Amino acid sequence: MFLKPGVLDVQGKAVEAALHGLGWGGASNVRIGRVIEFDVAGEDAAVAEAEVKAMCDKLLANTVIESYRAEVA
Amino acid sequence: MKAAVIVFPGSNCDRDCKTAIERSTGAHVDMVWHGESALPDRLDLVVLPGGFAYGDYLRCGAMASLSPVMAEVRAAADRGVAVAGICNGFQVLCEARMLPGALLRNAGLKYVCEPVDLEVVNGQTRFTAGYQGRREVRMTVGHGEGNFFADEPTLERLEGEGQVVFRYRRNPNGSARDIAGIVNDRGNVIGLMPHPDRAFEPELGSADGAAFFQSVLASA
Repeated sequence: MFLKPGVLDVQGKAVEAALHGLGWGGASNVRIGRVIEFDVAGEDAAVAEAEVKAMCDKLLANTVIESYRAEVA
Repeated sequence: MKAAVIVFPGSNCDRDCKTAIERSTGAHVDMVWHGESALPDRLDLVVLPGGFAYGDYLRCGAMASLSPVMAEVRAAADRGVAVAGICNGFQVLCEARMLPGALLRNAGLKYVCEPVDLEVVNGQTRFTAGYQGRREVRMTVGHGEGNFFADEPTLERLEGEGQVVFRYRRNPNGSARDIAGIVNDRGNVIGLMPHPDRAFEPELGSADGAAFFQSVLASA
């Protein structure tokens, strides 16, 4: 999950400035997000994916400010 | 007059709030542990205090918004009981979707801890009537994530409906439109980053927070 485009990612900006300071002037659009990994009980990947999306909407992401991508592997 | 202060694991302004309410209003204040499934009867005010509930795990206020007691706080708000979220409490109310928007990391990335001058944008609310027309008050802030964010339509609605209650004179955290505090559309749930509980008598540098608590308990 990442802050939505249009929501200022101040951490990303600070890290970008640090990369520039180290000489990597070509680094741009640095965004800092988070990955949450866990096991889900069940056999059906589609069911699990729907469940994970519900979890994201309810708790794991704050959809006022964040967007997310859910993957079942 | 009766108030309750919710105590989450990691709250650190709970006792400040109790003292501030007692000294400024004389109201009886109960401390309510977050795991409770009932609030005391006939409450006039519920305060969600400042601090770092659940260590700010996941996002500030996210875990606390799911605490058992929050279902009761929401039910009380639906009955019209006044609810005030101060600092971390504001973050909890946003995460609980009892107030619109969210609090982002401060634009300057630094924790800010300082007195702030505030404009009382709406002096007609249950929380600000006691300022009796005063337009400027002083409280203190202490937060790392007080940068209020909402999408443009929401900000327009907040401004248009008089739901912006306090605005910073000098914005310490990058918040949208200098917003320091908002109320819900019904006017009984307020969230603010500045601490009235740290500014309720002159010895603290400002006594302006006292009228905040007096307002809500006088209107009860």
